[in-house]
Amino acid sequence: MAATRVPGGQLVGDMVRASTDQIWSWLDAVPDPEIPVISVVDLGIVRDVRWDAETLKVTVTPTYSGCPATSVISMDIETALRDRGIDDVRIETSIAPAWTTDWLSEKGRARLEEFGIAPPQPAGGPDRCPHCGSGAVEKVSQFGSTPCKAHWRCTDCLEPFDYFKCI
Amino acid sequence: MTSDEAFKQFLLRMGDNTLILGHRVSEWCGHAPVLEEDIALANTALDLIGQTQMWLALAGEVDGGKSADDLAYLRDAWDFRNVLLVEVPNGDFGRTIMRQFLFDAWHSIMLGRLIKSSDDRVAAIAAKASKEVAYHLERSSDTVVGLGDGTDESHARMQAALDYLWPYVGEMFACDAVDEQMAAAAIAPDPADLRDEYDALVGKVLTEATLTIPDNRFAHKGGRDGRMHTEHLGHLLTQMQWLQRAYPGASW
Repeated sequence: MAATRVPGGQLVGDMVRASTDQIWSWLDAVPDPEIPVISVVDLGIVRDVRWDAETLKVTVTPTYSGCPATSVISMDIETALRDRGIDDVRIETSIAPAWTTDWLSEKGRARLEEFGIAPPQPAGGPDRCPHCGSGAVEKVSQFGSTPCKAHWRCTDCLEPFDYFKCI
Repeated sequence: MTSDEAFKQFLLRMGDNTLILGHRVSEWCGHAPVLEEDIALANTALDLIGQTQMWLALAGEVDGGKSADDLAYLRDAWDFRNVLLVEVPNGDFGRTIMRQFLFDAWHSIMLGRLIKSSDDRVAAIAAKASKEVAYHLERSSDTVVGLGDGTDESHARMQAALDYLWPYVGEMFACDAVDEQMAAAAIAPDPADLRDEYDALVGKVLTEATLTIPDNRFAHKGGRDGRMHTEHLGHLLTQMQWLQRAYPGASW
């Protein structure tokens, strides 16, 4: 097999294996299928990336147990890595420790708000409207467009918005 | 009964509760009174089906390599181990919400105990599921209070729902040989030990909802040991399982 030169790569036999740092940055370009402004790394569901001989093992922790995006995310991760020339990928699902919104990256939280989704707050509700910044907000429903979000509205600008629930 | 068999029965009880209730709640999809409730019910159903995949996958593993799908689609009514409460028909929206509340209250207490299970796999599933169930309980409690302490009509419907469903509550706290083995192995609590906490939680919410808990402690039983399900379960399964029954092995 012809060796592919990869930045930051490590030569193993006649193959160059991408470094795990490099792989993390590639995965940071894989968008979440439901909320495409943040990556699967921002979301905190990629827990581990490691080489086991020639196999790349990626550990993924689902957000909600019934989230239909989970299988799409695994497929997207595999596709992204194949596009980078890594054919031998194994996605492992791990449920413990359980995913928590504490794992959302700062970058991810900022992107969510820019996109109009209030990021999770320990207080259990959004601190401000992601559209106008007003603190005058009220809950419409515990569940929004996906299991991970609740439906809120701003009583100043009157716009509805999604709130990413804290779990 | 071997310890593997008891463990399998315990896992089926957990997984069948979430499967059958998840299916029942999903029947509301496209029919709820308002859009927000439709979405909330569908999301609750989705969480429950997701939890089912974890419980039944583990049950299948203990049962010699069956998949969660094998257990969900290829068993008949007498093999199911869910409590009768979750298989009763939806009724009106009020009864559906009351059933959800009565189940969520038990579910949240049970999962809280299972987080400390001596079996790591059980503890991991419980930790994951309990986060979701905390939201289910918050929502069903709020809605029970809103409708119970609402208009004359909503109050009457919620009281009727409570009167109808209360005789199905006791089964969640019944204890048999399976439970004794699970408790001895510290895998799961004795269900009877959850009753005080349950009564306190449910009593507080129902009082706030201005509803009266029936005096009677009579309990319909036969679901969690599979001895006698209601006739409703069979009808539910004909819907849930028809594709695998009509086209065995079909997948997409």
